[in-house]
Amino acid sequence: MSTTTQGENLPAQHEADPIADPGLPDHTWRPTDVDTRAEKRAERQVAAMFGLSAVFAVLFVVSYFVFDIGEDWDTVGGLGASNVSLGVTLGLSLLLIGVGIIHWARKLMADHEMVEMRHPARSSDEDRTATLAALDAGAQESGIGRRPLVRNSLIGSVAMLGLPAVVVLRDLGPLPGDKLAHTIWEEGMRLVRDVIGTPIKASDIEIGDLINAAPEALFPTEENGYPVLPNGEYQVEKAKGAIIVVRMEPDEIIAPADRENWTVDGIISYSKICTHVGCPISLYERTTHHVLCPCHQSTFDLADSAKVVFGPAARPLPQLPLSVDAEGYLIAQSDFTEPIGASYWEREKQ
Amino acid sequence: MSVDTSKVASSNGRNAATASKPGRASGLANWADDRLGLATAMKKNLRKVFPDHWSFMLGEIALWSFVVLLLTGVFLTLWFVPSMGHITYEGSYDQLRGVGMSEAMASTVHISFDVRGGLLMRQMHHWAASIFIAAMMVHLLRVAFTGAYRKPRELNWVIGCLLLLLGTLEGFTGYSLPDDLLSGTGVRAADGFMKATPVVGTYMSFFLFGGEFPGESIIPRLYIVHVLLIPGLLLGLIAAHMLLLVYHKHTQWPGPGRTEQNVVGFPMLPVYAAKAGGFFFVVFGVIALMGGLMSINPVWKFGPYDPTKVTAGSQPDWYMGWPDGALRIIPTGWESVIFGYTISWNVLLPILVLPPLMLTILALIPFIEAWITGDKREHHLLQRPRNAPTRTAVFVALMTFYGLLWAAGGNDIIAIRLDMSINAITYFMRVAVILGPILAFWITRRWCISLQRHDNEMLLHGYESGVILRSPEGSYTERHLPLSETRAYTLTARDRDRVFTVDGDRDAAGVEAPDSRSQRLRARLSRWMFAHNVQKPTAAELEEAHHHAAHEAELQSGLDHPVDGHQFDDHRLRDTEEVPLRD
Repeated sequence: MSTTTQGENLPAQHEADPIADPGLPDHTWRPTDVDTRAEKRAERQVAAMFGLSAVFAVLFVVSYFVFDIGEDWDTVGGLGASNVSLGVTLGLSLLLIGVGIIHWARKLMADHEMVEMRHPARSSDEDRTATLAALDAGAQESGIGRRPLVRNSLIGSVAMLGLPAVVVLRDLGPLPGDKLAHTIWEEGMRLVRDVIGTPIKASDIEIGDLINAAPEALFPTEENGYPVLPNGEYQVEKAKGAIIVVRMEPDEIIAPADRENWTVDGIISYSKICTHVGCPISLYERTTHHVLCPCHQSTFDLADSAKVVFGPAARPLPQLPLSVDAEGYLIAQSDFTEPIGASYWEREKQ
Repeated sequence: MSVDTSKVASSNGRNAATASKPGRASGLANWADDRLGLATAMKKNLRKVFPDHWSFMLGEIALWSFVVLLLTGVFLTLWFVPSMGHITYEGSYDQLRGVGMSEAMASTVHISFDVRGGLLMRQMHHWAASIFIAAMMVHLLRVAFTGAYRKPRELNWVIGCLLLLLGTLEGFTGYSLPDDLLSGTGVRAADGFMKATPVVGTYMSFFLFGGEFPGESIIPRLYIVHVLLIPGLLLGLIAAHMLLLVYHKHTQWPGPGRTEQNVVGFPMLPVYAAKAGGFFFVVFGVIALMGGLMSINPVWKFGPYDPTKVTAGSQPDWYMGWPDGALRIIPTGWESVIFGYTISWNVLLPILVLPPLMLTILALIPFIEAWITGDKREHHLLQRPRNAPTRTAVFVALMTFYGLLWAAGGNDIIAIRLDMSINAITYFMRVAVILGPILAFWITRRWCISLQRHDNEMLLHGYESGVILRSPEGSYTERHLPLSETRAYTLTARDRDRVFTVDGDRDAAGVEAPDSRSQRLRARLSRWMFAHNVQKPTAAELEEAHHHAAHEAELQSGLDHPVDGHQFDDHRLRDTEEVPLRD
């Protein structure tokens, strides 16, 4: 079925099946065609719209200079006087030109429908033959068919150019290595409040509290001695190190045997980064100990090792083993024992 | 109807003006033609005929909003700083003054509050993007429901599908640029999607972000993709889309004098150029009004991106909503570890499989349909949706699937606004996305077939006039009147469906023809597509029905004068030839 003749390409016909085509209806005259007054009126309407458009264009310039922005950005219904006036004047100026032109076309330009014949999309048989002959001549004269050695080595060399094209992009980023498996948390690092960076005393947390916390290394001071991170690295560690700390009745926590000493008096901490696609989790319901991700509604039970109770996530939130230091501040026992955040191919290998 | 044409306005002549002595304009045209030789191409195209119908305007909305996007986008680039360098905002907006943020976010706030007209351009740009994608989708549906994708326009349909994909990506890269809390959350989710790719996921993520998320490279990289790479591709594909449109000539609705062989409408110059050009200003103007009066993407309210924060009700822009819905309703725990490697079906299926699969199906539909029908002819007359019940039903099913997933993408908003359980909505959606399309398919197909029956009913027995007659015996009947010739012809100007059947799939020796298995599948699909359709009446059936109607009418008295109360409308009985029939 690869070849079609010109006849098969002709469009379908419906002649007299079952009713014969009555042909194009007669042209009916518009009022503007036959009544000079109507015609003049339409002309005035069009010109008025164009004229009004020019007025709005001037008003746009006036509003540009008259209305302040900056401090007064939310005058006029919270939208800003400048924004509203610029938008309305520009909009009306454009609309009036558009409506004017269309009105002109509908009322005053000739409205005789014209008929144009269609032709099949394909070229004529002669053209096809000629083109094929030309292609053939080209192929013959180049000898691309007769000289497979030249042809194949060319194909090979061009294909090989794909390598440089790919390799040259290599420096887009470093290789992942095991970077995703580690965060900045380490043994003895204090938990600090995420905005102000003050360490958290275990005794300051009430039952039912949820605190958004961060590793102390993100708030370097002379006292704690952590190095100042460059911005890019800081953002990465911030994105991975975010945790939530909650306190509940110690007997409500269903801890597996190997995590029994990961909590401090009912204070328990998990990665804040959802194991689904990596949104920070934040909606906590203290009576059920459920925390919900606002992006795709994965819900985790913080009392039960943050197991998934609802939503698309597949894995519990990684838990951060907690302890207290001599001054009573919460510290991490170690880094997370598994990669935080979204799943990835080699996750279990790390 | 006769009109005294001597009164026709002089500026409105029937014939194109004939060239008199060469004026300044023709002098310029000659100068240009001496150098460019455009006259040969122009002589045919300047008066090229375009058919008229409101639905042909939908693609034009997409085209013109793209032009608005280019114009407003260029304005924004003059101030936007595509950098993730950390600075402290010190501009006019009180609530953010002194807050640390990326230069991208700070410059976006600067454009909004310290550049006059900047907020207008930002909002126009965002509104135009929404309109661009929405118009492409509605245009796609128009093309699908009328069968305009049939030969020779299949490739233009594929180009259109690519435009939709690129438009969506362009939208995503665009709204990610301000680096505000909402868009940053979207970028982080995109990072999660990439990491879910088997084998190369983490490499893709590290190469795109220049290391670990978020790094400092993603905004400049998205920026160049957004302002150069995708717009370039879009421009090229739009040009190809338009060139093919001109080459194929636009499809038209069937009607008296409108056949597969011709195109009837207004010439490009002046009418179509004026209408299309005027429409550009209308689209531009409406977008300007929206930019002035309707707030969109107020990034200063979301605040700068902070990887440890998120707001409730986080939503992507609407066109990204349907894969997000699929992502939300995937059942808990769909992840497997095979030979120590993690496969996240919960992300893979809704994001990396479903959208490309849907797009592929969409792009292939014209080819699948052509294979089933075996139709090698060109089609330039549009079909009414009812006259292709299976195709219409397939597209309504796809729309239902899309719509339900889209609603699922807003399950949190629905839960809050309607005070419903988000869990219940999610469970419902898991079932609805499967059953909904099936139900929609079935209802639509039956509906279309009923409408086909109704058309035949009108052709054979006339339309319901609303005139109730009481017979001398006291029984009531409604008077049916024949359709006008125009209407009747238009209703019948369609092909009869042919169900493809396999014959002789075994030769005399009982050997199966080489591809008879695929041909049998084709026959089954053809039967499924067409067997229930109602075909238009034949000439004999029409003749018979009209004869019958005339006989009926004779039996009813009072045919020689109009029924009381209907002397002056078109429901009166047709007593003379001059009375125009209702169209």
